[in-house]
Amino acid sequence: MKPRALIITAPGTNRDADVMFALELAGASPHPMSIKQLSASPQLIDDSQMIVIPGGFSYADALGAGRLFAHDLMGAISDALNQAVEKHRPIIGICNGFQTLVRAGLLPGGARGAALGHNDGGTFDCRWVRLTPTSQRCIWTRALTEEIDCPIANGEGRFTCQPDVFNDLVDNDQIALRYTSANPNGSIGDVAGICDDTGVVLGLMPHPENHVLPRQHPQFHRGVSGKLGLNLFKQGVAYVNN
Amino acid sequence: MAGGLGSHLTTHRLTISQKGPDPRAESVWRNAHDLGLGNLQSVDVADIYFLKGALSQSDRDQIQSILLDPLLQTGSWELCGESANSRPDIGSTRCHVIESILHTGVTDSVAAELQRLAATVGIEVVTATGKRFVVAGELERSDIEHLANSVLANPIIEQWSIDSPAVPELSMFSETHRPRAHHIQLSSATSDEALEVLNAERGLALDIEELRTIRDYFNKQARSPTDIELETLAQTWSEHCAHKTFRAAITTDDGQTRDTLINTLRRSTNDIAAPFVVSSFVGNAGIISFIPGRTLAVKCETHNHPSAIEPFGGANTGIGGVIRDILGAAHSPIACTNILCFGPPSLPANEVPAGVFHPRKVQAGVVDGIADYGNKIGLPTVAGAVLYDTAYTANPLVYAGCIGSATHAAGTTYVESKPRVGDRIIVLGGKTGRDGLRGATFSSMTMDATTGDVAGASVQIGDPITEKLLCDVLRHGRSTYTAITDCGAGGLSSAIGEMAEELGANIDLTQLPLKYPGLAPWEIWLSEAQERMVVAVEDLTALAKLCDDHGVAYTDVGVFTGDKHLVVRCDDEIVLDLDVDFLHHGRPQRRLGATMPTPQRTISRIVPAWLINTAPIEHLQRLLAHPNIASKESIIHRYDHEIRGATVVRPLVGANSDGHGDGVVIAEPTDQYGIAIGIGVNPWFGLIDPQRMAEAVVDEAMRNVVAVGGDPTRVALLDNFSWGDPTRASTLGELVAAVDGCAQVARAFGAPFVSGKDSLNNEFRGSDGQRHAVPPTLVITAIAFVPDVALTVTADLKSADNTLMLIGTTHNEFAGSHLSMIHNALDTGVVPKFDPQSPARYRNMHGAITNGLIVSCHDCSEGGVAVTIAEMAIAGRLGVKCVPTEAFGDNELAVDLFSESLGRFVIEVTPSQVNTITQMFPGSSRVIGHVTKEPMFILPDQSQLSVDELRECWQGAPR
Repeated sequence: MKPRALIITAPGTNRDADVMFALELAGASPHPMSIKQLSASPQLIDDSQMIVIPGGFSYADALGAGRLFAHDLMGAISDALNQAVEKHRPIIGICNGFQTLVRAGLLPGGARGAALGHNDGGTFDCRWVRLTPTSQRCIWTRALTEEIDCPIANGEGRFTCQPDVFNDLVDNDQIALRYTSANPNGSIGDVAGICDDTGVVLGLMPHPENHVLPRQHPQFHRGVSGKLGLNLFKQGVAYVNN
Repeated sequence: MAGGLGSHLTTHRLTISQKGPDPRAESVWRNAHDLGLGNLQSVDVADIYFLKGALSQSDRDQIQSILLDPLLQTGSWELCGESANSRPDIGSTRCHVIESILHTGVTDSVAAELQRLAATVGIEVVTATGKRFVVAGELERSDIEHLANSVLANPIIEQWSIDSPAVPELSMFSETHRPRAHHIQLSSATSDEALEVLNAERGLALDIEELRTIRDYFNKQARSPTDIELETLAQTWSEHCAHKTFRAAITTDDGQTRDTLINTLRRSTNDIAAPFVVSSFVGNAGIISFIPGRTLAVKCETHNHPSAIEPFGGANTGIGGVIRDILGAAHSPIACTNILCFGPPSLPANEVPAGVFHPRKVQAGVVDGIADYGNKIGLPTVAGAVLYDTAYTANPLVYAGCIGSATHAAGTTYVESKPRVGDRIIVLGGKTGRDGLRGATFSSMTMDATTGDVAGASVQIGDPITEKLLCDVLRHGRSTYTAITDCGAGGLSSAIGEMAEELGANIDLTQLPLKYPGLAPWEIWLSEAQERMVVAVEDLTALAKLCDDHGVAYTDVGVFTGDKHLVVRCDDEIVLDLDVDFLHHGRPQRRLGATMPTPQRTISRIVPAWLINTAPIEHLQRLLAHPNIASKESIIHRYDHEIRGATVVRPLVGANSDGHGDGVVIAEPTDQYGIAIGIGVNPWFGLIDPQRMAEAVVDEAMRNVVAVGGDPTRVALLDNFSWGDPTRASTLGELVAAVDGCAQVARAFGAPFVSGKDSLNNEFRGSDGQRHAVPPTLVITAIAFVPDVALTVTADLKSADNTLMLIGTTHNEFAGSHLSMIHNALDTGVVPKFDPQSPARYRNMHGAITNGLIVSCHDCSEGGVAVTIAEMAIAGRLGVKCVPTEAFGDNELAVDLFSESLGRFVIEVTPSQVNTITQMFPGSSRVIGHVTKEPMFILPDQSQLSVDELRECWQGAPR
């Protein structure tokens, strides 16, 4: 039985199809559902073994990236989400999903201690980056044996947090992924993704779902292969299966 | 209200500023300095949220906790009308505060979200947004006004106040009286002069023959027309909708009346009879099918004038509009393209004509607008071009393209859907306002208290999320409707009018949701409010459920009748009743005269002195630094080209992903096959020889798709003409020559045109006081089948010791070339001629690529072979040692290096394949160099530059 992955969408979510394709390749069975439908039936969350908040521009980034979607998450489905964390169901928020999870307080620092600010360059930026998995706590990254090459595509991807929050993240092994190519957005400590203290909730800015086939690599024509983002999703699925 | 901070009439304002640097402040500072406002020392930017209603302190706290991120931002609350300290002084420096807000009626989706959010936590307010700028420096009042008018705000959509708080008009719209339709006095006695006055007053843009035809139609009906009838006829018969010039009877200066331009293009497509063309030159887009059960819809549009007056909104809605064209062809969009023409970025501020934005501001706004729509709707922006010329300063061009895909049950394919008698007419999507109505007329009105209401509201503002939801509904609901079209130019009048062309329809506008009250029937009917589609349904139930699930609004506005009358009601009154045959076929054919261009066509053996008196390496450096050739990396990174995971050959290629490719290739992740997209455009050839220009740009688009692995026998083409006033005989002659040129070369390649669009009357007033047309700018988009995306090729050099070969033949053809342009000698010699060998050569090249013989391939275009090799070396971070001058080519070295002759590629092959390639391209291939590990570019004359130096030239000063 393939693990059921719930894909939560808001108006403006747009990488839902990409992450669903990645999850299928990784061995999960993805099911998309809008936050509107889910808010009417929060119990549906408990039917899923994994939860994904995909990338996009929820509510057009009006009033700040992820803020209105986070407001939704903190509404009718808040208890069900917290229960999913308690049951150690893997949760991943990618790009806008990361921004949303931080604002919703599901990642360390909460809505007051950590944030994703405007890129240092001041504009939306789409380019490929290299990520090194760095956390043994995070169930998504701890068994990864190689780096991940994948694109970023965001305007507000600069991870920033209070100094004590950053120290705690380091001390607790909650920095899941760091940029090893040039840091594209000015994140503190080259942070690309962080996990919560249970290790099941991962938020990251880059898009591993856009590197699940060798031919998607920008240097494919130069014979470069490997470093698939698919491996990250496989870890989430393996965690459920074990 | 207990604990309330004021009554429901009180407007609260929350000002939020960034703790760190705000990227907008830097952009303002740079733009101001570009404009010559060098005294501006610093700028701070903040957002203002206005909320009108009774807010308690806890309401304020709750709203602030959602809007404000304390780690990144600070916020402060005030009441509107409080004498806030609106003019802080920082140290000894004088500061001024400028606050901008949108004109009433301009779409403000952020304010709408704020209002929705407040409602979800039980706070009833009316909202608006604004921006606050604090500027420091020794600035005169006139400087501040200049800054506000040109940098901080756009008077078309915004108003501002200096050193006093902005106060938006926030009212719950009360029911106001809806204006009725007016009758326009027309009778058999109405003179030509009176018709012309009417034409000018209402901005109908009709000619006297058309006006007389309308007068006589109503005279026969023994009644006068209503305003909405007249506006509907003017819209349906407009150049934009009816393509009067492309359908005109044209007499050339030899006295011959020739076939219409549209027929010239259609005939070439019909004669080619390509099996993959499903539908051409009808409906919203061209439809092709390379694989059974799968069709592609392809379309490219222009949005030139809207982008000139409001660069962000114009480009934004240009993308939104072309995506709706694809939706209107019942396909799901998969990728976007854009081609942009601007004035030179280095144009001195004092050379920018009055009332025109600096090219850098236009470019910044247009790029932002394209990025905003494409990135938010979730489509990859994959292919494009950016061109600079002073002729585009006052009249920038914005071409927006989109490709869509659809699957069909086994054994079936796309069939153009048509409404049936009795089908209901449903409007899907956003609300209707004055958007797009006569924007040009309103924007030239004297500013007064009402200007904001009319001019501001007339600008089109995009809402990509609403269109994304429309895409989702239509993708899931393809079986729920019988016919579909989009609302573009002319709004419902055009969308429903075209759908009702064969049947007639009965419409009632009364229930259509409006953005604000007070719209006259003609305004509702012609509104170009964005993000709306019209569908015909037999039964609304299934579609209604989908719309409810996705949060898309829908309104039933009427029925297709079969009585061949288009009837529109509003508030129980019939305001329009037109015979659809008259509406669609009653327009008299336009008759135009054309003076054909007579360009120089004889190749001279004389090589111009400026070409040989400068060292080739200097020519090369100047070419690489020219804005048309230089790296476009900073723009390309603004667009998401990765979403959907389908981009196999990207716009940026090479070892560091910073080289320019030719075409791009996209393929669904699960498919082995894909499509290549290539673009051809060259206005400088067009200035001198429009026919050869058109031939050259078809050839360039073909070359671009072939270079990456596209099959030249399976290519569909799109033509987009941006031209001047076609009633000027010489301008029309250039258009005729270009249409003939592209049709001929399309035939030579067997590549059919499937869709096209013309944007005429692109004119600007020069410093001589005369009207000038933009250079003849024909954009050709080629969409080619790629049989196996694993066998695609990129332009970056791959390995040392490989051999570089030139495929094709070089002639002394410098007219319109970039080197001529740099030397102010644009009309030197002849424009490159189409090589009749090219179709066979490209087929051979495709064979070589699919057989794996080609390691890398780059087409030769602007700057010639030298620039081609330099770009390959930069992309691959490898060197090239060219063969000595005597072996490099048959011409003068500078001709072989810099001529822009057509039909040529530079390829990298392993040394063992050189003989095979030589046999495949007899007489048109030669070894021109070798790839070296050491990153040096050694030219045939032994002069050299490191690849890093070339790259620095090409990428410009570090940004």
